[in-house]
Amino acid sequence: MSTMTLPDPDRAVLARRNDVVKQLKKLVPNALLISDLEGRRTYESDALSAYRRVPLAVVLPNTTEDVSAILSFCHDNHVKVVPRGAGTSLCGGATPLEDAIVLCLSRMNRVLEIDLTNRVARVEAGITNIAITQAASQQGFFYAPDPSSQIACTVGGNIATNSGGAHCLKYGVTVNNLQGVRMVMMDGEILDLGGKCLESAGYDFLPLVTGSEGQLGVVTEATVRLLAAPEGARPVLIGFDSAQAAASCVAAIIASGIIPVAIEFMDRPAIHVCEHFVPAGYPLDVEAALIVEVEGSEDEIEYLLEKIEDIAQDYNPISMRRSQSAEESALIWKGRKAAFGAIGQISDYMCMDGVIPLSALPKALDEIGRICRKYRFDVANIFHAGDGNLHPLILYDANDPGQLERVELCGAEILKLCVDLGGCLSGEHGVGIEKRELMYEQFTDEDIDQQVRIKEELDPSWLLNPGKVFPILGRDALKLSIDLTDLGAEPGAGERAEAAEVAAVEGEGTR
Amino acid sequence: MTAHMRLGFHAPASEEELSHLIIQAAETRTPIEVLGKGTKRELGHPVKAGAAVSTEAMSGITLYEPTELVMVAKTGTPLAEIETALAENDQELAFEPVDLAPVLGYAPGEGTIGGVVATNISGSRRILKGAARDHVLGIRAVNGRGEIIKAGGRVMKNVTGYDLGRTLAGSWGTLAVMTEVALKVLPVQRESRTIICYGLTDQTAIEALCIAAGTPFEVSGAMHLHADLAARMSDEELAGQGAPVTAIRVENFPASARYRASGVRQAILAYGPDLELDSERSKVFWGDVRGLKMFQGQSNPLWRVATVPSQAAKFIGNLTRKIDVRVAYDWSGGLVWIETPALTDAGALDIRRQLAEIGGHATLVRADSRIRDGIDVFHPLDAQHATLSAKLKHAFDPLGLFNPGRLYREH
Repeated sequence: MSTMTLPDPDRAVLARRNDVVKQLKKLVPNALLISDLEGRRTYESDALSAYRRVPLAVVLPNTTEDVSAILSFCHDNHVKVVPRGAGTSLCGGATPLEDAIVLCLSRMNRVLEIDLTNRVARVEAGITNIAITQAASQQGFFYAPDPSSQIACTVGGNIATNSGGAHCLKYGVTVNNLQGVRMVMMDGEILDLGGKCLESAGYDFLPLVTGSEGQLGVVTEATVRLLAAPEGARPVLIGFDSAQAAASCVAAIIASGIIPVAIEFMDRPAIHVCEHFVPAGYPLDVEAALIVEVEGSEDEIEYLLEKIEDIAQDYNPISMRRSQSAEESALIWKGRKAAFGAIGQISDYMCMDGVIPLSALPKALDEIGRICRKYRFDVANIFHAGDGNLHPLILYDANDPGQLERVELCGAEILKLCVDLGGCLSGEHGVGIEKRELMYEQFTDEDIDQQVRIKEELDPSWLLNPGKVFPILGRDALKLSIDLTDLGAEPGAGERAEAAEVAAVEGEGTR
Repeated sequence: MTAHMRLGFHAPASEEELSHLIIQAAETRTPIEVLGKGTKRELGHPVKAGAAVSTEAMSGITLYEPTELVMVAKTGTPLAEIETALAENDQELAFEPVDLAPVLGYAPGEGTIGGVVATNISGSRRILKGAARDHVLGIRAVNGRGEIIKAGGRVMKNVTGYDLGRTLAGSWGTLAVMTEVALKVLPVQRESRTIICYGLTDQTAIEALCIAAGTPFEVSGAMHLHADLAARMSDEELAGQGAPVTAIRVENFPASARYRASGVRQAILAYGPDLELDSERSKVFWGDVRGLKMFQGQSNPLWRVATVPSQAAKFIGNLTRKIDVRVAYDWSGGLVWIETPALTDAGALDIRRQLAEIGGHATLVRADSRIRDGIDVFHPLDAQHATLSAKLKHAFDPLGLFNPGRLYREH
């Protein structure tokens, strides 16, 4: 039993499966068509793996024209389409439906053009995020958004969820780094929006497409902004005895007029788990740690780090370690970037993606601790402190029946808290199916209706990635309470942290 | 019984009042001209509407958290008020909005923040920090059904539902009447330095600007002015050269800005950098650019063209063979301001014919109403994009109440 439902499949479409497959094969003979059950199973979920549906078929097109032909066919035959990049969505943005085909763009992964005079790259949507930077790095350029999954996730998926990353405090998120797309509408129409110009005529559709979770059209090509790589970058790692001190330090750094390229926050459990996984020399006797990174020439870096360290002194840091070399910087980041993997080693986890105003951080962490204790879960918190994006990782056991529902309710309560504190449900992962029913926490009926009207103008039959983003159960469907009386006594905070440490040290997992 | 909307000017003091007005307008099918202070009223086609609704009575900063880099203001708040509040905390709107008010005959800063967002008008720092729309975090608005809607929020990152806030940016009041905007704000750049080259041809200048913009020194202004426009700038030395002026700005804290300036100078050594403006002169120069000083006090038509930087010089070269123009390139060539003679069509045909080949679009920012009546002030859309736009319009304003005829003439 879980809190999220997927729409019931259309029996008539299921009955036509063989015919749909046959016709698609004829229509796009060069595309890879996966129709056997084993093959389709590979695509039955994205990274929100608790939700699985075997799709009708999986098609991997080679060209925009293929995509157009496929969509046009599906439009005419009323077949739903779930677009997919690398399937790294943590919120079910690419969860298939049984009566839908999965349209997977991963074969369309070419760099079409690197234009350094105009500082743009034109790429196909199935290219991985990191491959864009790799294609331009020889000439000293890079593509700025850097989600943790950047070695796997595709730029098409980044556009669908308006991905950010650790460095978006300075460089912005996908929408700020996207200049144009070629996309295919549900009826097969091919459309170019934007391009090498910084502005285009008429309404600006790029922000509407970016973050629309593949519901308005299928992006097949993107023109993205390339930036000259900084001469250097180095972080300082600062440990504090409270989250309050760390949050105040971040506020003071920003108030001083410095915008570091990244400010990452980790709480005690997160530090311990990461340090065990990648011994990066993180301080273990602290309640919170910040990684503050600045960029520029050696002199600029030294000047800024000194100023930041001066500011930090006012908040009684327990430890402060300025990276002295590229190797040390890489190691400090390796620990942080390994956080999800490290926690995955010891337990199943659910990664939340709420956003809060920075000033609310201490309160948010207290409340998250309280909520997780109530549901009997451990939690580790990772926070893009500069931009307020909070990633609580709730540890649970997927094999224990009942825990999935409980962890989802726990997560829902945390996200509701983020909204109540002045923030929002999702900073960079998207809504998908995971947060769909929570939309009412943030929006009024009128707010949601306005978004739905746009969807209905562009995809009147709701064939493109249906069942995502918008609530389908109605305003009263979400109940944020279950009976917790059978779960035994609440563990104390000390015990929990200790348990997390022990688990980390011994490598014990619930898997 | 249907309440009739009073024709003439309305300045509702609240969202609820505005919503009520729009419901009345919807019931009686009364088209509405949407305004802030009206400083850009002479830009675009005259709106054919019996009633005007201004946001000016919805004014004031409702939230400002300097350490969270966020300001929320009602859309009728004058830009000058926003910038004063930010300056008190050493912060600013990093996209450096071009102030069109002076070239259109109004006082600097007289327009509203709603007008800045509604027209998505970004200044020289666009190439580094993004456009006005990139700094929009959230909005509140009333749509064409009279419904109060919001989108986005007051936090830096947000992918909760469709991004309607940034979509409304640049929609010229034709989709919804925005009542409040949440903006990302940033610390001021303490030191500004500008490398100047004299006498470069357009082609050579654009080359130099693109090279500079591709260095790691975070170039935040990349401009080339024809000699007759340079002569209108405040800096006496630049104005007195009688030569085209190419200007490249770097910013940051003082030691860094100096370092960056030397780095840029090195990168464009082959183009013969002649001069480096110190912080004070640099700020005056870019302040002039923000207010379009080089086009103030004139009446000739003024165009704003967005194009592909590498094609900009060729575009102007071809255009010059047809009409006599004065040109200021910004955004390393990606934005071209063109002053044309007062021809019947202000050069529209030639400008747009050239752009059709190289990509880009042209908006007539200033011209007398006879010229504006005769041509498309905003770049005409092809059938495909016009259809798409009509769908978006319909989703927000199904009855077509807001600013009819403002963007596109009714044929």
